Amino acid sequence: MSVTTSLQGKSGIGQFLSAIPGAGILLILMLALFTIVNPRFVSQTNLINVGLQTSLLLMIALPMTLIILTEGLDLSAGALVGLSGVIVAEALLAGWGVFAACTATLAVSIAFGALNGVLVAYLALPAFVVTLGTMGLMQGIALVLTNGDPVGGFTPAIEIFYRSQLWFIPLPIAIAAALYAALWLLLYRTRLGNYVIAIGGNKDALRLAGIRANLVHLAVYVLGSAIIGLSAVLLIGRTNSAHPTVGIGMEFEAIAAVVLGGTSFEKGQGWLFGAVLGALAITVLRNGLNILSIDSSLQVVCIGILLILALLIDQARKQFVRRAT
Amino acid sequence: MTVPATLDIRPSSLSPDAAALLGRVVLIVLIAGALTAVDPGFASVSNLLNMLRQASLLFLVASGLTLVIIGGGLDLSVGANLTLSACLAAAAIKTTGNPWYGVAVAIGAGTLIGFANGLMINRLRLPPFLATFGMLWVAQGIAYWFMAGQTIYGMPMSFRYFGTGFFLGVPLPIWITLMVCLACSILLHRTTFGRETYFMGANQTTALLSGVPVERRRLLLYVLSGLTAGIASLVYLARLNAAEPGIGEPLLLPAIAAVLVGGTSLFGGNGNIVGTVLGAILLTIIVNGLNLLNVAATWHPFVNGAVVLVAIIADLVISRRRSGSR
Repeated sequence: MSVTTSLQGKSGIGQFLSAIPGAGILLILMLALFTIVNPRFVSQTNLINVGLQTSLLLMIALPMTLIILTEGLDLSAGALVGLSGVIVAEALLAGWGVFAACTATLAVSIAFGALNGVLVAYLALPAFVVTLGTMGLMQGIALVLTNGDPVGGFTPAIEIFYRSQLWFIPLPIAIAAALYAALWLLLYRTRLGNYVIAIGGNKDALRLAGIRANLVHLAVYVLGSAIIGLSAVLLIGRTNSAHPTVGIGMEFEAIAAVVLGGTSFEKGQGWLFGAVLGALAITVLRNGLNILSIDSSLQVVCIGILLILALLIDQARKQFVRRAT
Repeated sequence: MTVPATLDIRPSSLSPDAAALLGRVVLIVLIAGALTAVDPGFASVSNLLNMLRQASLLFLVASGLTLVIIGGGLDLSVGANLTLSACLAAAAIKTTGNPWYGVAVAIGAGTLIGFANGLMINRLRLPPFLATFGMLWVAQGIAYWFMAGQTIYGMPMSFRYFGTGFFLGVPLPIWITLMVCLACSILLHRTTFGRETYFMGANQTTALLSGVPVERRRLLLYVLSGLTAGIASLVYLARLNAAEPGIGEPLLLPAIAAVLVGGTSLFGGNGNIVGTVLGAILLTIIVNGLNLLNVAATWHPFVNGAVVLVAIIADLVISRRRSGSR
């Protein structure tokens, strides 16, 4: 049942509108508010900036959606971003080529994704504690590798890559869009995607249907970590340096984006586009608060408040729908 | 997620639990013995007392968390709660000069954060790990904003006594630990609330159907977790003699590790507070031993993460063996 309800979201304009989560409403409100307060908000430079920040957040929030659809969670995502960036930077400094450095990062990310996946899928351990533990491992390795200091002075190729454009679109935005398209196809147009949603809905039923459910479950974590690890390349391109603790807290924003978008932690109910809405809402909020020159630590508090508002709106709407039918 | 089929609502922590606790004591003695062989200075009374004092700080953070986990929940905000409570208390003491205002502020802030956690879980129907994870970042954010890059240091001597003082030759934090441990023990094993906590943790639906006011009990559990975080923040502040927004965050992993190593099952309905005391001591000894072996402090997150992973896997093996044998 949960499979059908979560698939319904994409058919028909009416259903599409009724499925707009609280994040969508809040997003429109915030856009209007920030534009009125400061028209600079809708300037071209600022909108491109919002696009860039959103695409970086989406690189983590999209794979996080897949993981959360399986009733899982990845608290180690932020630590993995930090570790991956450090590995790329250190490898480049050691004279490796860009391709080799990225391959090394990919290998490490896949290894940690497999560790998370084996513990969660095969041993049925709770994902939030498993990934909390691996978060410690990754943070520790990143700190040991760098001694806690930022790593800089590597080849500018990464920064050039980050700043390049596809026609007129900044490359990070194009990459995030391509990633969205690929994951959308995977989730909604392949059998594997059905299995992913079914793991959250009823893993036992999937296993009884003769599917190797544990393997699919493991694959979700491996794929997620691979994407998250590679996204670190974009991140170190932005600042042209890698910092071992730069990723801390990114998992919070990614999870917040997914939850804002209306994906639930239960029964595989959710949709991929929700993550886009959620990521946009968070980035717009941060950007608007920046323009109002509000302290970045208070912005995190505002994200929390935004999250609670969205959940309240969703709860009220559900009650309204229940009363109407 | 399998819930243990059996209900463990023994009024006292004897039999299999006692054996498990004894096993942990033996493990602690073995590690301590090995470390003494490496460096005889390890076994000196001053080092041992110092280590127990460190362990008591960890225990205080983990004590309320133990209650929450036994009740089938989780509180990821304990470290951030400690940070915010300590920062607010330090500011209150600095501006008023009266330590008791600090005590009131820390206890109040800690409890309020716990209350908000419980409210979010009850009213918004959020999974505990999500609600308390959000609270972690909110509390941390408020602390960073409040401190604005400053460190508040130099607490009055009367206040520092909480963290550095001795009573009958034993550091005060250890006395506070004993009192909190005793209170939690009585709460868990001698009151209806305690029995209902184990019941809720073992099977929430059955508990609800049996007439346990699950929502109210859950709210109280998170309030208690916030309260102990508030108490811990006072001891921390008194010991460090300074407050800054980075003090609590590194405590979350060790606190969860202490609870799990202490034999409290992450799946709820199982465990006890004495185990958490031993877990805290064990973790402190490991960190102390690493320092003794000249391992850099940058390794600590790695070690804490590894301990958490080993503890949950061991917990799984033990609970499977238990449910298999019955």
